[in-house]
Amino acid sequence: MKLDYDQLLSDDLFGHDVAQKDAIQRQWLEELNEHHEANCPPYAKLANHLGHGFPLPVRLFKEFDLRSIGSDEVAKTMTSSGTTGQSVSRIYLDKSTSARQTKALANTVAAYIGRKRLPLLVIDSKAVLKNRNMFSARGAGILGFSMLGRDVTYALDENMELDLDALEVFEQKYAGQQVLVFGFTYIIFSHFCLQLKKLKRHMALDGYMIHGGGWKKLAEIAVDSNQFKAEVTDACGITHIHDYYGMVEQAGSIYMECECGNLHTSHYNNVRIVDPSTFVEVTGKPGLIVSISLLPTSYPGHILLTEDMGLLLGEDDCPCGRMGRYFSVLGRIPGAELRGCSDTYERKQ
Amino acid sequence: MSHLTTYDKVFVDSLDLSSDQLGKELQYQSVPNWDSVGHMQLIAGIEEAFDIMLDTDDIIDFSSYEVGKEILSKYDIVI
Repeated sequence: MKLDYDQLLSDDLFGHDVAQKDAIQRQWLEELNEHHEANCPPYAKLANHLGHGFPLPVRLFKEFDLRSIGSDEVAKTMTSSGTTGQSVSRIYLDKSTSARQTKALANTVAAYIGRKRLPLLVIDSKAVLKNRNMFSARGAGILGFSMLGRDVTYALDENMELDLDALEVFEQKYAGQQVLVFGFTYIIFSHFCLQLKKLKRHMALDGYMIHGGGWKKLAEIAVDSNQFKAEVTDACGITHIHDYYGMVEQAGSIYMECECGNLHTSHYNNVRIVDPSTFVEVTGKPGLIVSISLLPTSYPGHILLTEDMGLLLGEDDCPCGRMGRYFSVLGRIPGAELRGCSDTYERKQ
Repeated sequence: MSHLTTYDKVFVDSLDLSSDQLGKELQYQSVPNWDSVGHMQLIAGIEEAFDIMLDTDDIIDFSSYEVGKEILSKYDIVI
């Protein structure tokens, strides 16, 4: 059966070795290539020129209306968080792609923190969700993770200042219990960790933190992953801290950082690292990340050429025990447009 | 309150509906307030009113007024 998502979503996430995974994904990608060529005319045109199964540069979502469904089937439009002067990507979701993305996200996160819905502290402001018809990447991330948690509490007010009352209530209510803290890396660091530090306030939370959105702003002030983790633990007590790499163009298909500090591909996705000038796959040296997701059917986002540099670290042999490729993200390629969830937020200040 | 009354009240309150909007026609995204933000408010309302915790998959599958009743039956709440 073609594109059997019930099967895909019930399969083991990290259980296939390279040979099995290649065989499964080759077939899925072929079916997705055909599906999108048949249903998205601009994509088919590009495939004619660039080749069947070409990696679609992410910026083309800004220049073309790329969807593989009729306009009446669009249930939700997601946008990259662009500000004035930047063009905005539009990603069109129908009900089934949207539900599938959420299920894939739930399965992926469960593989790291378990299936139980934990009390959720979002390090952001509820105001991000104000425009309900047009979701930014930030809003979409928050909503996606909200479904995985319960009793969702926002740590910041509409001015992005700490809501100390809300934090106090959350801390007391869930003292001694496992909680989940979610947010964007730069916002967690600058609006949560540093602000708590200024107040000499240390929260005593137990559980997990999941954060994403990129390191660009933190790299500029020379904060690396180790220092970030130390600040988080100091601010709120949490020691299980997982970064993730993901993009609004492939929502739900995130690459999570394992206990050994590596970003992992799963059954739903994969990466290829390619030479930025020749697009030939490279190993052992940095290159552009081609990101594969088996999830999208409403828009042709299954094989994307990102603007991020990465390094393949290994395959099937991470000490954490998960099969599949694992890698690190080194940052944006020089000259790429400024983008990214928390980075764009910063520019508004 | 009967379970049905409670169920209806959660829909009316969390999605800001009138009671004549409830029924078989009411589905996710069939009214402006039942979007993804409204959905989380609805789920929070349901969980509080019936004192249950839904599985994530059930939250995602909770796609209509009628399907919601079936899902709640898994939690021994018969509407």
